[in-house]
Amino acid sequence: MDEPLPEKGPLRVLIADDSDSDRLILQAMVKRLGHDVVAAEDGFAAVEQYRVFHPHIVLLDVMMPRMDGMEAAHEIKALAGEVLVPVIFLTSLSDAGALARCLESGGDDFLPKPYNRIIIEAKINAFNRMRLMHRTLSHQRDLIHARNWQLLQEQEVAKRVFDNVAHTGCLNASNIQHHASPTSIFNGDVLFACPRPSGGMHILIGDFTGHGLPAAIGAMPVAEIFYGMTSKGFGCGDVLREINQKLKRILPTGMFCCAAFIEADFHLNCLRVWNGGLPDGYLIRGNGEREILTSNHLPLGVLSPERFAAAVDYYRTEPGDTLLFATDGILEAENADGEMFGQDRLLEALDSAEEHGSAFDAVMAGVRAFTGAHLVQDDLTIVALEMVEEEALVGLDNRTPPSALRGPASWDCSYSISDRTLGHFNPLPLLLHICMEVPGLRRRSGEVYTLLSELYTNALEHGILGLPSDWKSSPEGFGRYYAERERRLASLRGHRIEFTLHHRTSRDGGELRIVCEDSGPGFDYKDLLGPDEAQARYAGRGLGLLRQLSVSLDFKGAGNQVEVLYQWDYSEPRSQG
Amino acid sequence: MAIQTRRSEDGRTLTIKIEGRFDFSTHQVFRDAYEHGDQEVIHYVIDMCETTYLDSSALGMLLLLRDYAGGDTARISIENCNNDVRRILTISNFEQLFAIQ
Repeated sequence: MDEPLPEKGPLRVLIADDSDSDRLILQAMVKRLGHDVVAAEDGFAAVEQYRVFHPHIVLLDVMMPRMDGMEAAHEIKALAGEVLVPVIFLTSLSDAGALARCLESGGDDFLPKPYNRIIIEAKINAFNRMRLMHRTLSHQRDLIHARNWQLLQEQEVAKRVFDNVAHTGCLNASNIQHHASPTSIFNGDVLFACPRPSGGMHILIGDFTGHGLPAAIGAMPVAEIFYGMTSKGFGCGDVLREINQKLKRILPTGMFCCAAFIEADFHLNCLRVWNGGLPDGYLIRGNGEREILTSNHLPLGVLSPERFAAAVDYYRTEPGDTLLFATDGILEAENADGEMFGQDRLLEALDSAEEHGSAFDAVMAGVRAFTGAHLVQDDLTIVALEMVEEEALVGLDNRTPPSALRGPASWDCSYSISDRTLGHFNPLPLLLHICMEVPGLRRRSGEVYTLLSELYTNALEHGILGLPSDWKSSPEGFGRYYAERERRLASLRGHRIEFTLHHRTSRDGGELRIVCEDSGPGFDYKDLLGPDEAQARYAGRGLGLLRQLSVSLDFKGAGNQVEVLYQWDYSEPRSQG
Repeated sequence: MAIQTRRSEDGRTLTIKIEGRFDFSTHQVFRDAYEHGDQEVIHYVIDMCETTYLDSSALGMLLLLRDYAGGDTARISIENCNNDVRRILTISNFEQLFAIQ
């Protein structure tokens, strides 16, 4: 074995004996073995010498005047503290009881008189080995203590950084219930929620393979991308593709993230759900019926960007419907007998949702009752989202504080996308980004995004694709609507959508004029008698929203051109729905 | 946990049989099972008839084997899974990457 603290050269040996002849004989023998010797005539002198001389090994006669060997041994051991200083009694006693008392008083062994040189040498060597081993162990223990303390400090700092990056976003919203273990940073579970600029929110719940720092490190870029892209207005498909690509690039093969991504729209009241590798999620309807949200994708970070599928399942919902997802920590929660909670007990818990007030409370109560006092599992992450009326959701807006920079005041821009780009590119984040260069508009990103997104959706889905919005009013039509949207988008040729933005500032604020023109056939807006008809004919609920947010809204050309005038000032923005 | 390997007579198929729990503790043994095989192997069979449990690090190890065996061109079958093992493979949609029989 390696000897980290080499002990070379002679040992310092303290010998205490009141018999001059015995002391001199022993002193001579030990010196001849090559050690340095200091001698004392009684126990009291031995303790004094110990203080000055710090011997490695102490040889004590049992019976001495002033202070006997046992008391001296006791004092020396107390002075030595944590350091092992072997104390060997020199004795001609043969009574077992007396010998035992020697050891009880703190001695380590005894050496019978008369002395035998070979035994003395062997004992000194044996106790030196023990002394060194003790010292090595103490040293290593201190080292481990120090390293562990350092590691805890580092983790503490790392956790602060991690919490700033991977913050919990809007998980405290009134319609979200969640449980994530406080130590979750090092178990590889992630749970994020972020409001979208247009209202609604994104939720990501995931579980990295492995534990500890590697898993926590993987979670950081996921959080960055999730919060960054969501608040810039990207949809779930774009965010998922970006996260998958990033994880595929940075994680070693064999490490990945099982995750579910939820995009909730409280305006249309619908959900888009992507599940890659998480256990079944549940959509629990107001009447207690359950729909199962099964994993139908590979986890994030496994497939190359070309093969990755970000296709989501659409669910039309009603206020009061609840969505529930958990990582496998729930299914694998163990009781004292090592049994797992499992699927059947989870479903049982969900059946009792009503008596517990919510599906979330029912599952948590079920797991607690099952695991009993045993609930120490640290990888237990669960989230429940209740669908609500848009108006019921308050305090979600993600306002940025006013900027000190002046930013652009007068600017115009025109941006158009055409053909197949319409099918796979979402221009809204880019357009929003341009508008957000104006500091006064930045605090109204939600309203601006809503204007842009309603105009774009109308132009694409109704203007170009010709999808009837009333399909969306029935559950069957809803699915059909999105299926048909995908189908028509795939075969789109010769079409374009053009946005023209004009911005000017005034003394108290400014105005943004947005013109959105599509290449569709338009409609005969002049024949419409009133705004109600236009609303019914053109765009369902979207048009009402546009009118509500803007100063004016006009159809132009063949009805394929919409112009919206939006004014802002430095007062507090209207609260977002 | 134990891992046994068997080569077919023509040397082209390597069967890796995993007994007991297939989890992180199996990591090195599992790698050794296929990394010391020679270049002739073109088809890998993971026999799970005696595998009782599979965790996510085992899924990671399967991905490592897939990479080793050529990534998208790898030919790997996973056979004789019990229900629990099958469920875990299905949740992760590994049938998109492996032939699960």
